[in-house]
Amino acid sequence: MTPLLSVENLSIGFGDAEPVVQNVNFEVAPGETLALVGESGSGKTVTCRAVLRILPRIARIATGRITLNGGEAPLTLTELSERKMRDIRGDRVSMIFQEPMRSLSPLHKIGNQVSEVLWLHRGMSEKEAKREVLQTFDRVGFPDPERAYGSYPFELSGGMRQRAMIAMAMVSKPDLLIADEPTTALDVTTQAQVLGLIKELQQETGMALILVTHDLGVVANMAEKVVVMHKGRVMESGSAADVLRAPAHPYTQQLFDAAPAIPDRAAVGLPMPGDDLILEMKNVSKTYTMRAGSAWKPEVKIHACRGVDLKLARGKTLAIVGESGSGKTTAARIALGAELPDSGGEVLFRPSGDEQQIAVHQMSRAARTAFQREAQMVFQDPYSSLSPRMRVLDAMTEPLEIHKIGSTSEQRDKAAEMLQRVGLNSDMLKRFPHAFSGGQRQRLSIARAMMLDPSLLVCDEPTSALDVSVQEQILTLLEEIQERLNLSYLFISHDLAVVARIADEVAVMRQGLVIEQAPPETLFYNPQHPYTKALIAAQPEPDIDRPIDLKLVAQGAGSPDNWSEAFRFSDTVIPSLIELEPGHKVRRHV
Amino acid sequence: MSILRYAIYRFMTMLLTLLVVSALVFVIINLPPGDYLSNQIAELRASGQSAGVAKAEFLRKEYALDRPLYQQYLIWIGFIPGPQGFSGLLQGDFGWSFEFDRPVAEIVGESLWLTVLVNVAAVLFVYMIALPLGVLAAARSRTWVDYTSAFVGYLGLATPNFLLALIMFYYGHKYFDLPIGGLMDPRFEGEPMTFEKMNSILIHLIVPTFVIGTSGAAAMMQRLRANLLDELGKPYVETAIAKGMAPSRMLTKYPLRMAFNPFVADIGNLLPSMVSGSVLVSVVLGLQTIGPTLLTALKTQDQFLSAFVLMFVALLTLMGTMISDVLLVLLDPRIRYEGRET
Repeated sequence: MTPLLSVENLSIGFGDAEPVVQNVNFEVAPGETLALVGESGSGKTVTCRAVLRILPRIARIATGRITLNGGEAPLTLTELSERKMRDIRGDRVSMIFQEPMRSLSPLHKIGNQVSEVLWLHRGMSEKEAKREVLQTFDRVGFPDPERAYGSYPFELSGGMRQRAMIAMAMVSKPDLLIADEPTTALDVTTQAQVLGLIKELQQETGMALILVTHDLGVVANMAEKVVVMHKGRVMESGSAADVLRAPAHPYTQQLFDAAPAIPDRAAVGLPMPGDDLILEMKNVSKTYTMRAGSAWKPEVKIHACRGVDLKLARGKTLAIVGESGSGKTTAARIALGAELPDSGGEVLFRPSGDEQQIAVHQMSRAARTAFQREAQMVFQDPYSSLSPRMRVLDAMTEPLEIHKIGSTSEQRDKAAEMLQRVGLNSDMLKRFPHAFSGGQRQRLSIARAMMLDPSLLVCDEPTSALDVSVQEQILTLLEEIQERLNLSYLFISHDLAVVARIADEVAVMRQGLVIEQAPPETLFYNPQHPYTKALIAAQPEPDIDRPIDLKLVAQGAGSPDNWSEAFRFSDTVIPSLIELEPGHKVRRHV
Repeated sequence: MSILRYAIYRFMTMLLTLLVVSALVFVIINLPPGDYLSNQIAELRASGQSAGVAKAEFLRKEYALDRPLYQQYLIWIGFIPGPQGFSGLLQGDFGWSFEFDRPVAEIVGESLWLTVLVNVAAVLFVYMIALPLGVLAAARSRTWVDYTSAFVGYLGLATPNFLLALIMFYYGHKYFDLPIGGLMDPRFEGEPMTFEKMNSILIHLIVPTFVIGTSGAAAMMQRLRANLLDELGKPYVETAIAKGMAPSRMLTKYPLRMAFNPFVADIGNLLPSMVSGSVLVSVVLGLQTIGPTLLTALKTQDQFLSAFVLMFVALLTLMGTMISDVLLVLLDPRIRYEGRET
């Protein structure tokens, strides 16, 4: 059988520099799914864009051929004129991008943007196209296609926008769909549902799929064939079953080892010790009032946090897990004193074992300054949390300058020491952040947070912008520092697998409520709440024999009304947290 | 419907702002010690002309300059009755110019509309030049098109307007037989509008429009280019290309729409900077706009005249801002739907 798409000996370079993609070969049969796997900088994105020839302006296809079969005659995409190429794009080969938030024009209605494909390639009138688009919207799971047609992207959630992107790619019934990290920017449960949708659509239409991803778990759930790339070269390729069961290349093995997994062995974790608490949140709620559109309508109240009680023991790690909008970041901001809780809530901090607890939100100016030295934060995006105009040295000594600690040379020595502690070289002090990779930058952020010798570190998704192998290194680093300095972490994450590794206790949040709380071993072995179960089920595992159970995900991740009677909550009726066994609490009706 | 409501709301806030501006204008004009009449009285006394003094004293009473400042203000606006009853801006009485010894309305008269005309022409010129050139420079960035337009643009920015005015006059007259100075042929001045008069005004407009508009156009072109280049790097542009759109259509439908916002928001800023920026040009070119009048009025502390001119400029600015705000709401759904309940 002739393949639908064949890529032969493809090399792509930027300007005169060494090619970023070298001698890549692969074939995709009709209806088949091929996964291009690799970390950032592996050339996987450039490779898939070369198929549609939508490369950055300075990129050049140096050698190689890309052939598309299946039409009247085979087409050599690498030699086609730009005019002819436009007929292929969006019609026979379409593409889905990583960031659904930014991949749609914010100023045009979804319906307009999707219909455009049909206007361009089928010459349809607005009415004909609309009929077709509405069908596709219905198929990709918009509850009200007509409404979606007239919506602007900013009115939809991330998952819904990605569905709109899928609809845009599918509406012309292409032979080949290229999906570039289609679910990386989405929550796990949304990811599971979107992947499920793509798979279903593929079975219905028989289109082929090139899935670009860094996640072996996604590969195991989706692909028949795998191409593993590293630094622009193919490391290993073959059937997904072969590659995933017995990776032949050491790099593939390395990716496997780095991929965090949710443990599923029988284990009962120890509850968090309660005698020396560094941080205690008591009944913390936060309500935001959204200004209504006009003066005559009532204001909308948003409950970001509702009655959160959490305890963090000294030297331990408390993880708050939840999807975007669950209230986890608000909880962390309140813990740091960056935001005031509603009245009745309280956050207590105890700088050391033999001191009194102090209320974070009622501190004097001096106490606040002292608290700010004790509690530091590591942010999610190492690319935007370091000023591009400050040298590493200046960025690192700034906290010391603000708190007026030490002479210039002492500050400098401290910065050098901290760099070494996070595994960087002290001669990097003179450089600017842009000279560092993502992982190195996150190390810098950690080093900067450590400059004031804090006792509490709040980590807000510190690894979610990083590659898996780098994520692994950062987690190891955090563990090492904790052990050596007896630091306490408040760890915010949406990724259960990351949390499984580092946390001593996990609190799962949903709609501002902690719905289940337990040591990770207990939580993963014996999850009680349907939402926790959905989170665990949605985590793609790099195991081809254990596909995602979409039904479980859909049920638990949907609205609380889909949960079984015992767990349901509404705005007014909220069941309380019940302790099932020591340290394991779940929110349910008795 | 909500647009109309917004426009009305915007109009109301504009009126409020105008009221605040009027108070500010009045206070600022009265900040320097003395007023036109007290200066004149002092001068007359020094030279011993007592007859003039009596007339000036009469005028002082007549225009309530002997009253406290806040009362003067309220009389000027028309909130409280003055010596001749209610007769302020609200009643359509713009006051008396002491310097010219004529009513303000008579002095500004035609030049008001000529000012509006010159500045609207200049704004249109700015947009007509900046839009295509900016788009072209962005679409062909880092090519000779881009570099040439940037060079010409910076030249336009860097040349002093009055110098440009003089150069234009000389060459415009020499090669294209364009008229020198003024906004119309002198024989039409004070005449009712006829087709010939309009024609004359249009021809006279060419040089001033170009002179006043160049630097604005150059600045706006560079801004549009930078905005557009930013937009071109965004993922939705890639989506549009991957859909199979032709580059020109893609460019105008998506990134240009996005880059347009600051362009529109500039309308409000453009007007006042042009009015104040064109004073010097108007003096050099001998345009019968309001600029030179304002200059004289401010120099001689002719308070009703200068206050009126300043109020007029403020009105222009506020109208420009209002127009751009309403346009933005029409153009950008994100602004339009802000606060819409979901």
